[in-house]
Amino acid sequence: MKPAVLTGEYFMTGDVACAEGALAAGCRFFGGYPITPATEIAERMAIRLPHVDGCFIQMEDEIAAMATILGASWGGVKSMTATSGPGFSLMMENIGLGICTETPCVVVNVQRGGPSTGLPTHGAQSDMMQARWGSHGDYEIIAMAPSSPQEIFYLTITAFNLSEKYRLPVLIMTDEIIGHMSEKVIIPEAKLIKTVSRPKPKGRKDHFKPFAPGPNGVAPMPAAGEGYNLHITGLTHDEKGYPVMAVETQAEMMTRITEKIQRNLDDIIRTDSFLLDDAEIVVVSYGISARTSMAAVAEARKLGIKAGLLRLVTIWPFPEEQIRTLADRVKGFVTVEINLGQIHREVERCAGGKVPVFLVGHPGGTIIHPDSVVNILKEAF
Amino acid sequence: MQEIPTPSKKQPCHPLDDLIRTDRIPHIWCPGCGIGTVFSACLTALKVSGINLRKTVMVSGIGCSGRAAGYVKLDSFHTTHGRAIPFATGLKLANPELNIVVFSGDGDLFAIGGNHFIHAARRNMDMTVICVNNLNYGMTGGQVAATTPHLAKSTTTPVGNPETPFNLPLMAYACGATYVARWTMLHIRDLTDSITEAICKKGFSFIEALSPCPVNYGRRNKQKPLDMLKLYQEKAIIKNDADPSTLDIDFEKGIILGKFVDLDRPTFIEQYDKIYRPSRLQENVSELSS
Repeated sequence: MKPAVLTGEYFMTGDVACAEGALAAGCRFFGGYPITPATEIAERMAIRLPHVDGCFIQMEDEIAAMATILGASWGGVKSMTATSGPGFSLMMENIGLGICTETPCVVVNVQRGGPSTGLPTHGAQSDMMQARWGSHGDYEIIAMAPSSPQEIFYLTITAFNLSEKYRLPVLIMTDEIIGHMSEKVIIPEAKLIKTVSRPKPKGRKDHFKPFAPGPNGVAPMPAAGEGYNLHITGLTHDEKGYPVMAVETQAEMMTRITEKIQRNLDDIIRTDSFLLDDAEIVVVSYGISARTSMAAVAEARKLGIKAGLLRLVTIWPFPEEQIRTLADRVKGFVTVEINLGQIHREVERCAGGKVPVFLVGHPGGTIIHPDSVVNILKEAF
Repeated sequence: MQEIPTPSKKQPCHPLDDLIRTDRIPHIWCPGCGIGTVFSACLTALKVSGINLRKTVMVSGIGCSGRAAGYVKLDSFHTTHGRAIPFATGLKLANPELNIVVFSGDGDLFAIGGNHFIHAARRNMDMTVICVNNLNYGMTGGQVAATTPHLAKSTTTPVGNPETPFNLPLMAYACGATYVARWTMLHIRDLTDSITEAICKKGFSFIEALSPCPVNYGRRNKQKPLDMLKLYQEKAIIKNDADPSTLDIDFEKGIILGKFVDLDRPTFIEQYDKIYRPSRLQENVSELSS
């Protein structure tokens, strides 16, 4: 056995740091399928998991990979998979099963240019809306976007903790640039890392209801083999887990799986800022593009433009309140992202027509240059 | 005055009641359907096998047979269409102590889920897969399946099936299954014995259980509800160890039933432990010797 937390200072890629974050969070099962640019996460897990008494398996496709991590989670183990656009599309149905059956797990999407096979070796941020709405039906989801290898280490731990706490698949929406970029990563001592595990049920096993919400709206979760005679289905089900094809049951189940997120926004949403306090123009960005934006804001300040950065760390649920509050006092927003305006529409929606919202977007394949952000800041305001 | 005796115990409604979620009965299966018979054979097998039922899980996909997971009083998972096997794979790898029974239909396991069947058999993933083969997609109203006989009618092959069906035992054998058998739901004792044997055997076990679907398949193929059962009775040829390549279903010449494969090779978990987690093997040995 080797330690799960490799305390120390490293020069590491984002993909490897993601795998190390997962291990530090307690992940002990990875079901994967190779895909550029996410393969290195699977490769790292294949080496590391058996050292910590975990299990790695390469499945026959991403559909199977997603199904195995749900099964492993019900087997009582923290589980994960990692993929990119085409694989993310294949995982969508079982991500929905994870949401419906309230199954904790983490799915990493190292985004590349799409649609279809697109640009396998070049970065993009164009699966952001797929992350929100890709599986059929209404639901809430948690998705987070790291801006560096160091941050992906920590956010992967956060993703596991949130998935265990709220019982749902949590998405890490990173990109090829962060995934393949090597930077300094500090892994702290194990005792300094806070990990959360799903609440376990107490009391009688014979009439246990696996979907009866606790105080924070989330039900405790036993594992298979613990004597609860669980029935878990992707059909609309009642608190007992039994399928009931009724309008009322559908409403109750939907309320349960959406309210547990909507009522805990303060606990889930994370944002970061740079020179935002006195800013008149707010650049909204995330992931690798937030680094572009930071450079652009610094440059704009030198030119006398009062720009600031709101960096979205949690993308879904969307930090609506922060944007609405800013819309009341600033002159406008600029969204910076490597797509044709996915989060931009969310910013527009929350700005509610009070101030203009501009987009600095790119169809994918390369990082956005800070100059293109500075130019908008100069010309538009 | 003579006392009226009061019975000390209520007679169970059904000898398998303790393995059934009786609060979910009535079930959805149609009159004349054979799934219930295969299901009860499976429950009897689970009982007589002597395995720890607390550590036993049933996993199903989608379809008529997929509803079995909703009626069994064990930990049970009703997953997405075709994905019972990879879901079960995750359960088994997370907790190798679990006994896994996948109970699903031919459409679920061999069309949409065919790829997963192939690979789980190749890996020799330790589980028992029971396929209720009713030759069509029953739940959606009788469409052609990968098992529908050539020229048989269905709602999507209104003039007759232009395709050739799978020989399921041959596929299981070719992919590496270590136990392969085929029975019909009429051969209830053989079927139950076979499921028992499969559950007790480590490795990937596969049992095909032929089962009538009079409402959706029979009706469109000029078969009265009992006709399929008569075929099972009259055309069955029990031939254990038959060459798997000879097992195409032919309702005119005969349907070969029996146990065709029963061999041993290391399971995925045994190989993984040996190559990747030798410390786990040592722990197991010390547990056994203590």
